[in-house]
Amino acid sequence: MGIKRPIDPFLWVAVFSTCIIMAFILFPLIEMVAQPSLGDLKETIQDPDVIRSIWLSIYTSGLAALISFVIGTPFAYLLARKDFFGKKLVESIIDLPIMIPHPVVGIAILGLAGKNHWLGQFMQNVGIYVMGTVTGIVMVLTFVGLPFYVNTVKAGFEAIPVRLENVSRSLGASLTGTFFRVTFPLAWRSMLVGIIMCSARAISEFGAVVIVAYHPMIAPVMIYERFTAYGLKYSQPVAVWLIVVCLILFLLLRIFSLPKEKEA
Amino acid sequence: MIRIESLRIELSGFTLQDIDLFIRDGEFFVLLGPTGAGKTLVLEAIAGVISVTSGRISIKGRDITGLQPEHRGIGIVYQDYALFPHLSVMQNINYGLRYHKVEPGASEKWVKSLMEQLGLVRLAQRSIKYLSGGEKQRVSLARALAVNPSVLLLDEPLSALDPNFREDIREVLKKLHQEVATTFLMVTHDFAEALFLGERTAVLNHGKIEQVGRISEVFRYPATPFVAEFVGMKNVFPAIFKDTKALVENVGLDLEVPAGIHKGQLAIRPEDIMIRKEKFSGNGMNVFQGKVLDVINRGPYHDVSVRIGDVIFSVMLSKNDLFELELHNEKDVYISIPASAIHVLKYQDIS
Repeated sequence: MGIKRPIDPFLWVAVFSTCIIMAFILFPLIEMVAQPSLGDLKETIQDPDVIRSIWLSIYTSGLAALISFVIGTPFAYLLARKDFFGKKLVESIIDLPIMIPHPVVGIAILGLAGKNHWLGQFMQNVGIYVMGTVTGIVMVLTFVGLPFYVNTVKAGFEAIPVRLENVSRSLGASLTGTFFRVTFPLAWRSMLVGIIMCSARAISEFGAVVIVAYHPMIAPVMIYERFTAYGLKYSQPVAVWLIVVCLILFLLLRIFSLPKEKEA
Repeated sequence: MIRIESLRIELSGFTLQDIDLFIRDGEFFVLLGPTGAGKTLVLEAIAGVISVTSGRISIKGRDITGLQPEHRGIGIVYQDYALFPHLSVMQNINYGLRYHKVEPGASEKWVKSLMEQLGLVRLAQRSIKYLSGGEKQRVSLARALAVNPSVLLLDEPLSALDPNFREDIREVLKKLHQEVATTFLMVTHDFAEALFLGERTAVLNHGKIEQVGRISEVFRYPATPFVAEFVGMKNVFPAIFKDTKALVENVGLDLEVPAGIHKGQLAIRPEDIMIRKEKFSGNGMNVFQGKVLDVINRGPYHDVSVRIGDVIFSVMLSKNDLFELELHNEKDVYISIPASAIHVLKYQDIS
């Protein structure tokens, strides 16, 4: 083990804090997962309503991540590479959804999409309904998840030396060609991490969704409903299943995004 | 040829201005200057990866100031190689070929000869992660030259290399320049590199050109105090001139030819000043008695400061000389500054 040295007191403080934090996060979760009996769990997963709502949660969060990927990637690239007037302002605006209380997000979107607003009238005229629809859920989840995607991918782009892009341009590749031949192959991992971050944030959203769409029921809303209507014991198995399914999905994505070999 | 006219670049807090340069076809031109002088900005403006505030850049008579980088036909080699980490050696070198269609087979042949010349054939399939610095710089050179650019920009190509690789790549650059038709424009802060590789140079300081000319001329006849110091003339002093006499503080010096100006600066290389133990004399030798102030060991040589009157001269001595002269601080010595070694800077200080 090498030569023993006296341990600085600060290190003890750090170790103690680590233990507290780990226990604080894991203890309630483990307790909750351990409490329902296997019978309860089996019964719950056979309930078509539960399956439907967990699937709806995954599906809408996935869609929110996909939308963030499509419109967030070019935006993150712009933020990472260009300096422009008002950039600081744009960067603070993209962080707004993180700070606003969740029900406020729901209320804001409803206010815009309702009959009393010209945009809401227009949307209803072309057949887009937000209140109580999957469209509404996806819209809300994209709103809260987008900052996580954009910030992650922006950091990913910033980590790529701009000189690589300069060389590519000098060799004859256009900006688009350079993006697909150099930037994207070097940044796709950060995009995947961004997608994980964004959908993780989306899947955990409750406050905004419950205002825009109580039905169709996403898993967090169902867990809340069962808790208020029937109590703790009845809501726990659904929560356990949601956690299990999410953990598996995110683990798979994480493994997929790890580098194959250690970078030199 | 590259022609740069009244180029001006303003970037957060730094201004590059009044850049006028003319670089001949096939020349090896060196942009010299200390860190932060704006050398790399000039390169990046030519490459088109930063935008210029005003001015004009043209290559072979074609104005390229408004062109996208991919339409300029210019290669770049960076200090940190900037190789594409996700591609192999071969894929890196072939990267630009698809944008430069020539007759079938011609580019393959050209790439093959480049790779042979640079000793890269056995590395073709390797990942660039496992290459040495010298190998990486060879790949970077091959990649840039593969598309036959009319101009190759080299941004401190030797600075990041270990000393043994540095010499190696220096030779490679010299040879490549002789064998390809491309104009080389290199940026460096190392005057020795410039002397070895380049033909003409422009010395940059604080975003402005101080002097342009043949490198050997700039070395011998620096035009400004800054250039004088940059090329190793440590003794730069303000002086008053009258005919063949110069007065630095209270030290009078004989010149070889009349200075032609009344007030200005003069510069003397530290290796041109001689130190003796005993008094000696000679015509135009400018012999003085002085006191050794300090001796600093610089490895291969020693820096000796000697005070004459109110002026401190810096003298360069070999280990051997130092040993024979038995120099130490406070020792009284005689120094001689040959009139031919005194260089008058015919430059009017406007500031």
